[in-house]
Amino acid sequence: MTAALAAAAPPAEVEPRTTHLRQLEAESIHIFRETAEAFEKPVLLYSIGKDSSVMLHLARKAFYPEKPPFPLLHIDSTWEFREMIAFRDKYVRKELGLEVIVHINDEGARAGVNPFDYSSRVYTDVMRTQPLKQALDMHGFDAALGGGRRDEERSRAKERIFSFRDQKHRWDPKNQRPELWDLYNTWVHRGESIRVFPLSNWTELDVWQYILLESIPIVPLYFAAPRPVVKRDGDWILVDDERMRLHEREQPDTRMVRFRTLGCYPVTGAVPSQADTVLGIVQELLTAHTSERQGRAIDRDEEAAMERKKREGYF
Amino acid sequence: MSTASLPTTLAETQQFLTRHERKDLLRFVTCGSVDDGKSTLIGRLLLAAGAVYEDQLAALYCDSAKHGTVGQAIDPALLVDGLEDERKQGITIDVAYRYFQTPKRKFIIADSPGHEQYTRNMATAASSAEAAIVLVDARKGMLAQTRRHSFIASLLGVRRLILAVNKMDLVDYQQLVFEQIRAEFQSFVQRLDVEEVHYLPLSGLQGDNVAERSDNTPWYQGPSLLHVLENVPLDRGESHGELRFPVQRVVRPSADFRGYSGTVVSGMVKPGDRVAVLPGGRQTRVRSLVTFDGELTRASASAAITLTLDDEIDVARGDTIVHADRPPQVGRRFDATLVWMSQQPLVPGKSYWFKQTTSRTTAEVEHLSYRIDVNTLNWVEASSLQLNEIGCCRIVLHAPIAYDAYRHNRRTGAFILVDRVTHETVAAGMILAPESDALAGNHWNVNLRSQQLQITPSRITSRQRRQRYGHAAATLLLTGLSGAGKTTLGFALEERLFDAGYSVTMLDGQNLRHGISRDLGFSAEERSENLRRAAEIARLLNDAGMICIAAFVAPEADVRRKAKQVIGQRRLLHVHLSASPEVCRDRDLSGRYQAAERGEIVNFPGVTAPYEPPTDADLVLPTDQWSAERCLEALHGWLLPRLAAMEGENDATTDALND
Ligand SMILES: Nc1nc2c(ncn2[C@@H]2O[C@H](COP(=O)(O)OP(=O)(O)O)[C@@H](O)[C@H]2O)c(=O)[nH]1
Repeated sequence: MTAALAAAAPPAEVEPRTTHLRQLEAESIHIFRETAEAFEKPVLLYSIGKDSSVMLHLARKAFYPEKPPFPLLHIDSTWEFREMIAFRDKYVRKELGLEVIVHINDEGARAGVNPFDYSSRVYTDVMRTQPLKQALDMHGFDAALGGGRRDEERSRAKERIFSFRDQKHRWDPKNQRPELWDLYNTWVHRGESIRVFPLSNWTELDVWQYILLESIPIVPLYFAAPRPVVKRDGDWILVDDERMRLHEREQPDTRMVRFRTLGCYPVTGAVPSQADTVLGIVQELLTAHTSERQGRAIDRDEEAAMERKKREGYF
Repeated sequence: MSTASLPTTLAETQQFLTRHERKDLLRFVTCGSVDDGKSTLIGRLLLAAGAVYEDQLAALYCDSAKHGTVGQAIDPALLVDGLEDERKQGITIDVAYRYFQTPKRKFIIADSPGHEQYTRNMATAASSAEAAIVLVDARKGMLAQTRRHSFIASLLGVRRLILAVNKMDLVDYQQLVFEQIRAEFQSFVQRLDVEEVHYLPLSGLQGDNVAERSDNTPWYQGPSLLHVLENVPLDRGESHGELRFPVQRVVRPSADFRGYSGTVVSGMVKPGDRVAVLPGGRQTRVRSLVTFDGELTRASASAAITLTLDDEIDVARGDTIVHADRPPQVGRRFDATLVWMSQQPLVPGKSYWFKQTTSRTTAEVEHLSYRIDVNTLNWVEASSLQLNEIGCCRIVLHAPIAYDAYRHNRRTGAFILVDRVTHETVAAGMILAPESDALAGNHWNVNLRSQQLQITPSRITSRQRRQRYGHAAATLLLTGLSGAGKTTLGFALEERLFDAGYSVTMLDGQNLRHGISRDLGFSAEERSENLRRAAEIARLLNDAGMICIAAFVAPEADVRRKAKQVIGQRRLLHVHLSASPEVCRDRDLSGRYQAAERGEIVNFPGVTAPYEPPTDADLVLPTDQWSAERCLEALHGWLLPRLAAMEGENDATTDALND
């Protein structure tokens, strides 16, 4: 009886295939959930940038109606933009009520390591790479979720989604576990860990489109506004606080600028821009034709810089 | 090509994004031998699609001078060769992922290297691809690797191949060269499991037929490579297939919410759907589909959601939720194709970690049937597999899983094996089929194989049989743990009844395993299958007019219920021997309990597998408190009046065939 009825029904309409953005979203959610289930102590590396904002948003979706079952970890170089810290405390901690662990390399801070007197290599190592390792070891995190994307940079194109790190947090590009289907190898011995990159398959355009579509809050520095800047080595550097060392004859100038990427303010270049909405940013992105890391001074110091940093444990 | 259409106003940007948002996604793999020009071709595709930023281009000019292999201004290959060492050696050695988009589609390229020894990377790259570009150097024609790569792609379920005959500029764009290679590939590809093959004459370096059709090949009437990629049909199979929802996480934020998070890997699910939770088999209905963005009215393949169910049944990570009427296979044994990925060869009988969908257990390769020579596609006898070898084997799992054949479902038919000490991923596996039909798990509800089967009733009625034997036919089902006394009591009762003139026989669970169930092990579903066969035999014996005493552990309530249905409620009497696990263990002389506790016997009910004590037995005998004699007296005394009562029953209702 029911069979006859079913047979008489019109054929099921053809399901439209899910759009690429929804597929990426679902893939990322799957990765977040796998991480939470497969590891004893995962952590979300939270850098306060736009990719971190997307990560946080996806994590909230993945575990709804629960809160993400892991803390956030912010490695504070002590030279972050002030607006980043404000965003972290006001939005993430207060409004969302999430736990954010903040870790600073006290030793480096006491020794006065800063981006003015030290080469970007030493500075990044002492104020970012070392404290990251310290924090991971101190808390015994066995999985660290990061916002890295494969399209960011050539050496990342071969990175796994679940990327194995040895007990010294080193990455060995020659000895990576093959990654088949979505069957991630999550097995580790004590002291070893996995870096997990849920945004691996996203492009910069995808990230912005998703921010727009989902109205994800981001640090206002991404939007153009009049800001006091000085020009150094072709980059516009924000005079964010009184620690900024101005050279002789350097005069801060107020200009409409925004940041394509966020890091330590003395070494993160702003771009002149009028884009004060996400749509405006996307428009610039489509026409600008400059890949986003260009604003990061630390990336240009030599060829394959990133790959070397990754082997040493930098994200 | 894309520069012309770039938006210049916010409104245009909005339109662009709206279009971009609607794009679908094609994942494809590129394969070819070293120096066939794969990197060059990919670089060319990226350039053609405008996926290269100006600073990257600038770096490219700089790099081209340093490492480039072409004496020209720009070498597209340098866009994609990633790692430092590889770049210096000028070779690609791992899988790399690239992204680009056209106005129609978004693409993810899994770029896999051409080295002979890198079958493993090729398999990795192909695992998530829906199409494959296979490169051939026009000067060299088809090579062993061309066959190998095409075979691996098809083995991993890539149904659409694009044969790119590259470096046509070096053979003066001769049609004949192209046609010869095409003909050779055509005859080869028939042996593969693919749906669609495209043939293109190209020059990656010069750009011929990459983005647009080239004037250098006027004899070629087909589309450009980019056009083919934009129009390759996407696999719709997964969303049109049957519902498979592997449970990834159990969500319990508070006492009044219990949900199961996961990704629909195939099919579609709606609230109200009748579902089964496998491998257990419990059934219920879907109550709601919960997401951060609100409840959904339905969800289909690739949606990451959280399901809530009508009943509070036990569901764990690794279970699979399916439509109750469309179950997959459930079991512990199946045949599979393995691609071996480790320097350490496969060791049959060794225990490996096993991961499929969200379930994780351990597995052994029971034996290897054969190895496939990837160059000739011939089957070769083999007892082990080395790095990059492909073979077919029998897999035995520690615990049952729900699965489909990989041909039918690339998500529920795939698995990996991981070394338990080094944690290396040693193999990629694709399930072929269950070991044999007998192990296909749930046979209780199997439909008849043919609609033409008829039943011809016997002309002897059950009343006539009762008169001949002097008693009604019935089945006495004795259940209880190993060591509860089922066999002892059953055989004693058989003897007592036989001596009194009854036609009676005993079916013992263990004894059946020497004959009709010799192919079965002790997993939950194999125990279930053993009882199903016993129930069918009991029914035949009853139909023949005999009394049947059946002694089985029958640990699961659901399976006992099904057995009762097969035999027929009215002529079944269920007696439970209620000795506790502790007493059974103490009484056990065979050492099975100790072996189970040491982990040597898996799936031992009451120790390493669940035992659900019956709550609906017709008689409970405390065999841990009473002596065997007392139990026998009690059972005998209880049974006789019940048998007598059955005698009086109306013929029509006890007719076996209508039961
Ligand atoms: N003439 C010609 N040379 C090509 C073509 N494609 C690639 N090559 C050259 O062949 C060599 C190997 O190319 P590459 O892309 O690195 O090959 P891969 O090893 O497959 O990635 C390089 O010297 C390329 O410049 C082509 O279509 N025509």
